[in-house]
Amino acid sequence: MQIYLPIADMPVNIFLVLGMGLAVGFISGMFGIGGGFLMTPLLIFIGISPAVAVASVASHISASSFTGAITYWRKRAIDVALAMMLLAAGILGTATGVWLFTVLRTMDQLDLVIGLSYVTLLTSVGGMMIRESVRAELRARKGMPATLRRPGSHSWVHGLPLKMRFKRSKIYVSAIPVWAIGFSIGFVGAILGIGGGFLLVPMLIYFLRVPTATVIGTSMVLTLITMASATVMHAVTNHLVDALLALILMVGGVIGAQFGVRTGQRMRGERLRLLLGLLVFAVGLRFAFELVVKPEDLYSLRHVRSE
Amino acid sequence: MRRLAFTLLLLVAGAAPAAAEKLVVSLSNHRVAVTSSFTGEELVLFGTIEPDRPRAALRSAYDLVVTVTGPKQTLRTRRKERVLGIWVNTDTREFVSVPAYLAVLSNQPVNTVANAETLRRLQVGIDNFLLPQRIGPDVADTVPNDPFRTAFVRLQTQYGLYRQSGTAVTFLTPTVFRATIPLPSNAPTGSYPIDVKLFADGEMVARTSSALEVIKAGFEQFVAESARDHGLLYGLATAMMALLTGWFASVVFRRD
Repeated sequence: MQIYLPIADMPVNIFLVLGMGLAVGFISGMFGIGGGFLMTPLLIFIGISPAVAVASVASHISASSFTGAITYWRKRAIDVALAMMLLAAGILGTATGVWLFTVLRTMDQLDLVIGLSYVTLLTSVGGMMIRESVRAELRARKGMPATLRRPGSHSWVHGLPLKMRFKRSKIYVSAIPVWAIGFSIGFVGAILGIGGGFLLVPMLIYFLRVPTATVIGTSMVLTLITMASATVMHAVTNHLVDALLALILMVGGVIGAQFGVRTGQRMRGERLRLLLGLLVFAVGLRFAFELVVKPEDLYSLRHVRSE
Repeated sequence: MRRLAFTLLLLVAGAAPAAAEKLVVSLSNHRVAVTSSFTGEELVLFGTIEPDRPRAALRSAYDLVVTVTGPKQTLRTRRKERVLGIWVNTDTREFVSVPAYLAVLSNQPVNTVANAETLRRLQVGIDNFLLPQRIGPDVADTVPNDPFRTAFVRLQTQYGLYRQSGTAVTFLTPTVFRATIPLPSNAPTGSYPIDVKLFADGEMVARTSSALEVIKAGFEQFVAESARDHGLLYGLATAMMALLTGWFASVVFRRD
């Protein structure tokens, strides 16, 4: 069944988009991520302009992260103080990102920047995840206990001034890295149409030593608020949020996520991380391929304005 | 003045007792509504060739060219080149105030209707249609085989927005014709002037115009207008919708 999208200005098959929502929702529920880095490229692939895709996926991620956040809230697994701190910086990052998005679009280099950023981010994060999980898997084979870094060990991050205490997470860290992480996640999210969950969780664990108990819940709250504000900002500045497209994606996404969570709970942590790493890496390679291989058509059109 | 023109007309008609004709056209539908189930539409233009005075003679063979132009848009054509191993948009041309939709429909290939000079003067055919580009501070059309112009026309043709067909007009009788105007699903909203030119023996003998309108209707119109005119409210409403969907899912699937 074809349905006409009012902002994307094109008809799409409603079941195809719903199916994409289900599939990405399944993956996001399974790994505890937003799935924007999969959804945005998929939408571009079916012909929706990158700008509309990025702007509309933001609202889709708000929906799925809100579902997750409610669940974690009930389990008391959210560090509100830390989330608020990250958030203040995150909104600033989002605003900067939306502004740069507009500038790049007028310079005809938005596609390139999106492509390059995806390649760098996805291949490096995917590569790291694969390496780490393969090591853990090998250690488990040899019967060695997993060597978790002791919470007491300090890095240079802990030597920074402006220390703050976050009670729920039981950490005492400087506000500077917290702000830096929040800002970069908001910024990247606005430009690339990704929630940044797959970047935020490792950052919080490695730089701030946030315990596993609160890390996912806190990251979801942050994703929720940055993506909801990105939706509003994209709507105000670029008028490119397609509410109908977002609604179809959301409905598919939240249903798919429920099944994903169940599958994810039946798998071991290392195996899950290895799969996610492979997935992230593969999407990164796909973008690299597109940038390097000669495009089928060297010319493309961009709509400047209607009269 | 009018009398003078009339006398002149009589004189001309008297000098050449040949035919003088007028066109009468009618469109199957003047208003196309884009609703949520819109996947494109085909309109039909009917028309007859009539003598412009009673008992004036008609010729035996006519050619007809229908040109439909969509609302004006400014578009940028970009060309990719390999820079440091990756493909980057390096060169761009802006096409200023060009029609978003352009269909040249005729009963036989346009270049056989009249000679090249006449076609160029009357802007008949996509190659002869003015597509002004911004070149530095100037705005001008280029030669038809300019690489950016060809790429622009080719891409618009791929999107189904530009087309030239030598079979879209059929003569039902020597003086009654019908033309099918295909509107693709991505046809932008706005008004579409239609220009109908009648040719005989390589010269234009009559001309008339009509118009159709593509409008967004119902829900589509509501969404598009709110997004454009009330960005903040629209954004807030979309964000609220996301939260509601998320909350609803957590209630429906709650298992504890």
